[in-house]
Amino acid sequence: MTEAAFPEGSSSQPAVDIGDVMQKLAEHKGCGTEGGSGKASCGSSAGPADMAPEIWEKVKNHPCYSEEAHHHYARMHVAVAPACNIQCNYCNRKYDCANESRPGVVSERLTPEQASKKVLAVASTIPQMTVLGIAGPGDPLANPQKTFETFRLISEVAPDIKLCLSTNGLALPDWVDEIAKYKVDHVTITINMIDPEIGQHIYPWVFWENKRLQGYEAAKILTERQLLGLEMLTERGILAKINSVMIPGINDKHLVEVNKAVKSRGAFLHNIMPLISAPEHGTVFGLNGQRGPTAQELKALQDECEGDMNMMRHCRQCRADAVGLLGEDRSAEFTTDKIMAMDVEYDAEGRKAYQQAVESERQAKVEAKQSELDGLEKAGDTKLLVAVATKGHGIINEHFGHAKEFQIYELSGKGAKFVGHRRVDLYCQGGYGEEDALDTVITAINDCHAVFVSKIGGCPKADLIEAGIEPVDQYAHEFIEQSALVWFKDYLAKVEAGEIVHVDRGDAAIRQGALLSQAS
Amino acid sequence: MAYKIVASQCTNCTACEALCPNMAISEAKGTFVIDPDKCTECIGHFDDPQCVAICPVDNTCVIDSAYPRYQA
Repeated sequence: MTEAAFPEGSSSQPAVDIGDVMQKLAEHKGCGTEGGSGKASCGSSAGPADMAPEIWEKVKNHPCYSEEAHHHYARMHVAVAPACNIQCNYCNRKYDCANESRPGVVSERLTPEQASKKVLAVASTIPQMTVLGIAGPGDPLANPQKTFETFRLISEVAPDIKLCLSTNGLALPDWVDEIAKYKVDHVTITINMIDPEIGQHIYPWVFWENKRLQGYEAAKILTERQLLGLEMLTERGILAKINSVMIPGINDKHLVEVNKAVKSRGAFLHNIMPLISAPEHGTVFGLNGQRGPTAQELKALQDECEGDMNMMRHCRQCRADAVGLLGEDRSAEFTTDKIMAMDVEYDAEGRKAYQQAVESERQAKVEAKQSELDGLEKAGDTKLLVAVATKGHGIINEHFGHAKEFQIYELSGKGAKFVGHRRVDLYCQGGYGEEDALDTVITAINDCHAVFVSKIGGCPKADLIEAGIEPVDQYAHEFIEQSALVWFKDYLAKVEAGEIVHVDRGDAAIRQGALLSQAS
Repeated sequence: MAYKIVASQCTNCTACEALCPNMAISEAKGTFVIDPDKCTECIGHFDDPQCVAICPVDNTCVIDSAYPRYQA
């Protein structure tokens, strides 16, 4: 059993020839150096024109690998992998609040057979569900039998669903060939450091070759295995996304180095996420008062790394059993009891037809955005953020008061760019009492000049104006980017005419804590 | 002696079950238990008891003093 769970270590693996890797990478990416800036142009927000057809085929329906896809396509995680082979200071596996949304947390774990049934049930209920991921709640590759048996079962019953997994990387080099065998073409590795001096403050221990290693020694093995695993994925043409948790004072500045290291080894996308560290989670960081970054600190780091590589900014740090569009969680609809009672028929043709309709919707959105790019030169160096209330599909279709999150777009002379999202749902405050909902929203989008909604009441409207955030409701049920650009040009004209003065906005807070009510 | 699992702290993560060289660990009544007749404290197999080394919650896999020390 031991051998099966943790086979031969890296010592038996041949070293990867990095020159060869980069040669293959250049061929595999195709899009690698287009766009003049030298950065890979095939990242999160790129479209079909920016990348090689085979890469576009892989990412176009994957909500995590394509920012553009995440407005239209859904994912699900199945919690078949409870065991973990390392300990992270931001993770506490003991805590499981049903209303909690963060990685490492699940309500129930599944057998591979239950997972397969669940995937069929979700796929027939949510036709835009295109991706099945295994992300824990432990590490998929510390549970290899369960993980690969799940992939095997699902590829038999629903071959059109993309498979992906998310790992800490310790066991990755041992399983890369198995990953390739099951046609898992998206792998996420969480890499928080490439320097063990820093790593020892993030990882108290790793389990390696039947021993618990601690401190520097533990972090050194981990980083070696992660980078070797990344190189091996790149060699095989498997797309790799790197997740990094931004921990102010520990690895925030260092993540620029991490970004360079993973880019040079062929990573496709880098996702820098804010640390979640509320004391009630019982994590080491939660208990020792380690803070997470502010919204602007996070954005500044993402912007700094973007010069080198495409950054993912739409990650919702979802649970290991999440179901639905990113930003929503429908897992409560698909508990084991409910699934087992469901009469499921897999309708591959129906799903295909639905997804074709989604594609046309998506094309219309891209064309609408293009139509408003003229006339933006007036913006000069002016750059500002706007918040958008949306239920998906790239449309302004959510009421201000119902929004559980706002999507953030940066408007500049270059157009409208998705740069993040802010949770504004109500939170368990651990006995601190109810916070005023409107204050929560204003704190979360305080760095924005305007908020786009389908509808808004009179009172919040007045309070937003007082806070310096313009409520905009005249673009209800229209495309987000197109509407934002029309508004932006109007804003620039007013500034030019002297009707308003453009001022910079302050910072905003990233909300932490347990969800009080799940998205439905 | 053998090791035992403090049930109130066990997260049911299953990690120890697969690692035990004696197959002494199994799931029972919503938690994991160690069969004291099978547990050898990993003596003769590994330098460290594997369940202790992998357990995500400190002081959850502990020596059960109700049993005499294991003799290899």
